[in-house]
Amino acid sequence: MTRQHEFTQGARDMLPMLLGAIPFGIIYGSLAGAAGLSTWQALGMSLLVFAGSAQFIALSLLGAGVGLAVLLLTTFVVNLRHALYSASLQPHVRQLPKRWRMPLAFWLTDEAYAVVVHRYAASDASPNKHWYFLGAALAMYLNWQLCTLVGVLFGQQVPNLEAWGLDFAMLATFIGIVVPMLRNRPQVAAALVAAGVALVCHGLPYKLGLLAAAFSGIVLGVLLERRAQSRVLEVC
Amino acid sequence: MENWLLIAGMLAITFATRYSLFAFPDLRFPTLVRQGLHYVPTAVLTAIVVPGMLLPDGQHWQLGLDNAYLWAGLAAIAIAAFTRHLLATIGGGFLLFFLLRWAMGQLPL
Repeated sequence: MTRQHEFTQGARDMLPMLLGAIPFGIIYGSLAGAAGLSTWQALGMSLLVFAGSAQFIALSLLGAGVGLAVLLLTTFVVNLRHALYSASLQPHVRQLPKRWRMPLAFWLTDEAYAVVVHRYAASDASPNKHWYFLGAALAMYLNWQLCTLVGVLFGQQVPNLEAWGLDFAMLATFIGIVVPMLRNRPQVAAALVAAGVALVCHGLPYKLGLLAAAFSGIVLGVLLERRAQSRVLEVC
Repeated sequence: MENWLLIAGMLAITFATRYSLFAFPDLRFPTLVRQGLHYVPTAVLTAIVVPGMLLPDGQHWQLGLDNAYLWAGLAAIAIAAFTRHLLATIGGGFLLFFLLRWAMGQLPL
């Protein structure tokens, strides 16, 4: 496929993710004022940080009057999963020059990762898959900025927007990403264990429960995959 | 001023985690790590979704019939399992979520 083709296809494949992110971006924008951010700071955070869940958590901690160091530590922990995404896509972007790798990393979100990882897994040997990545990432970025802006303007007009529960959109999006991946036993087991550990550890500070859960799920998935492999070898 | 400092810090940290492995193009991963990476999205996203359904406010268990996050979430899982269609999952789940909340008088109308 040509570059333009890949680029537009990437943006188009992001459409469902964009719809799922719209309510999320709007609530973020509408809640930012109440948490103490000015309009420019609310927009600036979306433009410069571009990390939905970290931005949300920052708002809730700011509202609770937490200090800068704790806020940054929490950002780090919540964003650690992006290091895993980075590791996962690294074999596909390693041949690209730095001027590609840096912006693509800046735009690497949960949603972009979920879409792009499928494109890289496709069997065709297109040399332009990074244009697909760029199209998907830019679509997400522009969408997020627009939604933040709408939220900031909306939040000044509509009181208690947060009572609508628009945050459910993120759960529905993540469900739509994960469930189709549960195709074999190790994947199902990884999901079940991650869920269980996340529930048991939900009271841990700084979202550490999320990390413990992710780690447990990954370890169990690998263990089961390896056991299945060694069993196949024995049969052979 | 403090807020801009926060934004600058968050920018640095977020970019560092996302760029972490892209920064080393020559690094190759051992098989164990590559296998582990297959389970990253499943484990991370499930660990966000399930507590979001059972403890919507992040602190209190809500297992009752009046928890729309739980029931609409289960419905979204069913839609995703049967259709494998992302948009149907988001649209169907969201619609049901609002219908449930409306029916239970939980919307600020």
